[in-house]
Amino acid sequence: MNHDQYPDSYIRGILNTVKTIAMVGFSPKENRPSYFVFKYLLERAYRVIPVNPGYAGKEILGQRVYAKLSDIPEPVDMVDIFRASEHILPIAQEALTLEPKPRVIWMQLTIRNDEAAKLAEDAGLKVVMNRCVKIEYGRLSSEISWMGVNSRTLSSKRAQVLGKGVQRMSIGAGTPSEDKKD
Amino acid sequence: MADADRIPGFSTLSIHAGAKPDPTTGARATPIYQTTSFVFDDVDHAASLFGLQTFGNIYTRIGNPTCAVLEERVAALEGGTAGLAVASGHAAQVVVMHALMTPGDELVASKKLYGGSINQFNHSYKNFGWNVAWADPDDMTTFEKAVTDKTKAIFIESIANPGGVITDIEAVANIARKANVPLVVDNTLATPYLCKPIDYGADVVVHSLTKFLGGHGNSIGGMIVDAGSFNWSRDKKYPMLCEPRPEYSGIVLHETFGNFAFAICCRVLGLRDLGPALSPFNAFLILTGIETLPLRMQRHCENTLFVAEWLSQRPEVSWVSYPGLAGDKYNALAKKYVPKGCGAVFTFGLKGGYDAGVKLVSNVDLFSHLANIGDTRSLIIHPASTTHKQLSDAQKVQAGAGPDVVRLSIGLEDKEDIIADLEEGLTAA
Repeated sequence: MNHDQYPDSYIRGILNTVKTIAMVGFSPKENRPSYFVFKYLLERAYRVIPVNPGYAGKEILGQRVYAKLSDIPEPVDMVDIFRASEHILPIAQEALTLEPKPRVIWMQLTIRNDEAAKLAEDAGLKVVMNRCVKIEYGRLSSEISWMGVNSRTLSSKRAQVLGKGVQRMSIGAGTPSEDKKD
Repeated sequence: MADADRIPGFSTLSIHAGAKPDPTTGARATPIYQTTSFVFDDVDHAASLFGLQTFGNIYTRIGNPTCAVLEERVAALEGGTAGLAVASGHAAQVVVMHALMTPGDELVASKKLYGGSINQFNHSYKNFGWNVAWADPDDMTTFEKAVTDKTKAIFIESIANPGGVITDIEAVANIARKANVPLVVDNTLATPYLCKPIDYGADVVVHSLTKFLGGHGNSIGGMIVDAGSFNWSRDKKYPMLCEPRPEYSGIVLHETFGNFAFAICCRVLGLRDLGPALSPFNAFLILTGIETLPLRMQRHCENTLFVAEWLSQRPEVSWVSYPGLAGDKYNALAKKYVPKGCGAVFTFGLKGGYDAGVKLVSNVDLFSHLANIGDTRSLIIHPASTTHKQLSDAQKVQAGAGPDVVRLSIGLEDKEDIIADLEEGLTAA
């Protein structure tokens, strides 16, 4: 995978198939990017499990926080990481010990560790680096277009509204609640 | 084309970028969302919107779905990451500088700018404590010399209004990069069809949409495009972007929004607090105009070169300043930056001086005598007797508005009719 530029189909495929996301480096502070992404993904029907040793055992927005990935008692589809690039390798190594293995390791904006990416890809995982899950979901669902952002998508098909309520868009084919294979 | 890896061409983007069918009604043309406000699902949704935790619409002063289509359209055409539509080109400049400058800071600007911008920088900005240092686009060392440790931005026009000056964008971008300040380029006269400043190192592009983008002389509007290229956190020089914002419970915009943080900053701190929002109706008219931008610019350039060449052969004319003319001072730069054409605005001099200028604007009939540019209609103005009348003769010459100067904005009429009208104006007793 060329980690400088991901095809939309690659990102869309990931976001349309993962259901349970473990969020490493999660902060319960409401002004932190990880909290934004956490809340946004919960509202879009993903199961999001926060990971932060400082808050282990607490519940944030109804979700129990775990100290580390290996403490999570259920299968995880994707590990979403909010830690600086130099701290990624041990997190990726720990992710690869999970049983079953997650299918995706995602590193947030400004985070890139090619060694960790190679390790994960060699183990059959998909990897995304230096991208924000929330921004990518918003971009592919057209929600982000409300902020004047160049979504780099063109279509004469109607964008999909997500569930009930207003101002929520879906990334189309397959909502997270539907079981879909790559 | 949602998943295609190929990048669509300019004409396709001019029509489609930002404008998918309406998600609820399926309306194919962009609806005019003529509403002040948008309902919330519940208090939590409202809190998420106000806290920037989710994407969506709150109030048309901050954002509106019709304006958003226009924002994405122009951002896509310029090759930027995001756009922000505002009420006018002047509003775009104020909102950009508000995001970059604090009292005592300096802006380095080309002295070859639209006169209204020179006024804004020289006089209005003083009230904010923003100081301007002028540089000469014909001498790059003047930009280098003007940069100090208080400089927060460099500002140029790609094609300068009114005099057909082409700025060496790449050379200025290199100076900006060395100083680690963003380069802001006003691309109004060129439009992204003729020149994309981001390709040459611009960090922010601004527009008066009123001119060629809207193109029909019916709506005032402005646009800010974020190139996504500048590192706002590097020197901690831009507190609006790199420091926790008390307005939003401590959010750091650059960290949260990455390569479109500048556009978000201009929206949620600039537009929200200063207030120059674009009307959705104007956004709709400008969007309709942009759909034909490539076709119009081709005809504008073709007509203008024809008229400029014709004028340069006339006995009444002493000089023509249009970079598209062989032998023009800026012809080489034009070949690099605007190879498809040099736009539709230029000046020329009349041997008969002030009186001949007054006579010409009075005697033309197809040309409209007014202060705008970038219309389907051909426009004419004699600056010395109108926009620059209050200046001394010396000041007029300095501003490129000497007594003999006439400015034209060539429209989309048949070019034979345009020159027939000019000929009548030039030869009338």
